[in-house]
Amino acid sequence: MAEELDIIDQVTQQEYKYGFTTNIEMDTAPKGLSEDIVRFISAKKNEPEWMLEWRLKAYKHWLTMDEPEWQNFKYPKINYQDIIFYAAPKEKIKLNSLNEVDPELLKTFEKLGISLTEQKRLTGVAVDAVFDSVSIATTFKDQLKEKGVIFCSISEAMHEHPELVKKYMGSVVPTTDNYFAALNSAVFSDGSFVYIPKGVRCPMELSTYFRINAENTGQFERTLIIADDDSYVSYLEGCTAPMRDEHQLHAAIVELIAHDNAEIKYSTVQNWYPGDKEGKGGIYNFVTKRGMCAGVKSKISWTQVETGSAITWKYPSCILKGDYSVGEFFSVAVTNNRQVADTGTKMIHIGKNTRSRIVSKGISAGKSHNTYRGLVKVNKKAEKARNHTQCDSMLIGDRSGAHTFPYIEINNHTAQVEHEASTSKIGEDQIFYCNQRGIGTEEAIGLIVNGFCREVLNQLPMEFAVEAQKLLAVSLEGSVG
Amino acid sequence: MLSIKNLKAKIGDKEILKGINLEVKAGEIHAIMGPNGAGKSTLSAVLAGRPDYEITEGTVTLDGKNLLEMSPEDRAREGVFLAFQYPVEIPGVSTTNFLKTAVNEKRKYLGLEPMEATDFLKMMREKMEQVEMDKSLTSRSLNEGFSGGEKKRNEVFQMAMLQPKLSILDETDSGLDIDALRLVSNGVNKLRSKDNAFVVITHYQRLLDYIVPDFVHVLYKGRIVKSGDKELAKELEAKGYDWIKQEVEAAN
Repeated sequence: MAEELDIIDQVTQQEYKYGFTTNIEMDTAPKGLSEDIVRFISAKKNEPEWMLEWRLKAYKHWLTMDEPEWQNFKYPKINYQDIIFYAAPKEKIKLNSLNEVDPELLKTFEKLGISLTEQKRLTGVAVDAVFDSVSIATTFKDQLKEKGVIFCSISEAMHEHPELVKKYMGSVVPTTDNYFAALNSAVFSDGSFVYIPKGVRCPMELSTYFRINAENTGQFERTLIIADDDSYVSYLEGCTAPMRDEHQLHAAIVELIAHDNAEIKYSTVQNWYPGDKEGKGGIYNFVTKRGMCAGVKSKISWTQVETGSAITWKYPSCILKGDYSVGEFFSVAVTNNRQVADTGTKMIHIGKNTRSRIVSKGISAGKSHNTYRGLVKVNKKAEKARNHTQCDSMLIGDRSGAHTFPYIEINNHTAQVEHEASTSKIGEDQIFYCNQRGIGTEEAIGLIVNGFCREVLNQLPMEFAVEAQKLLAVSLEGSVG
Repeated sequence: MLSIKNLKAKIGDKEILKGINLEVKAGEIHAIMGPNGAGKSTLSAVLAGRPDYEITEGTVTLDGKNLLEMSPEDRAREGVFLAFQYPVEIPGVSTTNFLKTAVNEKRKYLGLEPMEATDFLKMMREKMEQVEMDKSLTSRSLNEGFSGGEKKRNEVFQMAMLQPKLSILDETDSGLDIDALRLVSNGVNKLRSKDNAFVVITHYQRLLDYIVPDFVHVLYKGRIVKSGDKELAKELEAKGYDWIKQEVEAAN
């Protein structure tokens, strides 16, 4: 038993690799939230009037809302007057090329393994790098333009493609959707915008890398992806933050729209700072992600690997409106130490012959709690809707918790809905078996956990699958029981 | 090769091994027999380094190196292999992937480069043939949904891949029908050489018809109370363990 605890301690004391900070001159808003701050952000970004109106409307609605309390965890009340809602590296001149980006920032992204310089870019992946509240650089823009693909920051899109932004922003996640969505709509700073025109298969993976750096700031970005008829795009997001003693709020919104026969594959490798082993510091990751399968035979796939954040609270969902549309959700959520995850998905079947698939793998170690919460809803007119849900939990050690809350609402008797669930524990027997074959305990956990998550990891694009595998092993180092 | 001197071990407050002495030389096969509860499986677990047991006295060396000071994984890398009585299942991890990790961890320990993928696959094919392992098993998740016989054959296959100095077979015959027993035994016999050694732990003599031991030891109440050649196993089969128990009690 004593040895077992030793091993758990070793695993749970793994250092967070991305905890460094960048020293750079920042332009920040005064602390707190008010109508003036909303105007300040909008003015900073030189936004059109309609955008400001949109923000103010969201802000006024937010004031009337209460913070939700139905979740399966508690967190101290957030003091919104204590958060900085806008922080951006000081720009000396308007940037025309990457060569003019502050070398400190380039170095930061290099350190994170994201190269923005022309020569060393990851081939085949276009990157939009977001640092605190602003987008720093977007690579491969010109090559994408040739195909008619728009990939830029959302601030840029507001100016360059106002008709698309006006039409789609808030169409999947309304400003009034929930407390954090309303907050984001009022104060969002930047994010990525993607438009894939009709019949185009996006020639490369698109990716956004989010980095929180400044202290006491919240990060509120929005991502909007529109795939027009018969198009395809695969999009990845990654995120890290420095180690800070206080909690930082990250309340993002992601909206996806897939038209007829279009497919969007959205992958996340989330590695925000999780806090220390006593639960001090770490990111509150309260995110609203939703996809609209608007067109016939459209498809949206969410894949997420969630290893970071003090609290992860999100349900990437699909509204299956188009007939024969398909929604998928593949998730690995790993919690260690005092981390909390309350995550899952909602599959809303509206169109006929719509199908959805949910594969969720939760791994809890240390004193963490990992909750799967999912809704499968079949509307009255959704003839022959089908869903398959598989929900597996793995416990490491004897002080962690796994919880499952599946909700199923069926309003059409032709629906076929299946739910499978399992809970297992990494056994000492499994570890010893690996040890006896010459495999050390850390490697053994990595092997066992990766085996457990294989179905989900297989969904990730190659280079990210490797990163995700390593991340899983690192997040769990020392957590055996 | 293996030298066990006055080995005592307990689990909780219960002393199970009460002074084991055993010398195993390269090229030899030793059978350890004994009634239920004699400490046979404890001996194999202690040699492999299972953390539940506390060693209270004695020494165990492998080619002069102190095994008891090593972690279980280092013992394995030094060449100790335990064929488990109940091999565990690891869902989602293929036997191929598992063995690639194991082989390369051992190589790393020995200061060697990881094996090239092609060389590794070639070795897999050769060893599979050698121990008559069904090819389809290697792409499936490790031991998941395997029959009892398949699991034991997989143990022997892993033994072939890892090329240990000392192999301990813990009741490998349990739960096997006669055909599976023959297959497993054939595999083991093919792996015998003048450089390696086997300790075969079994309750029944049956296995020893196939894997013929050089020495047979009877373990009773945590001690080796009788040693002999393969004829001793036959005597035990015919007469049971009672006469040994009586001899021991009388001596006390």
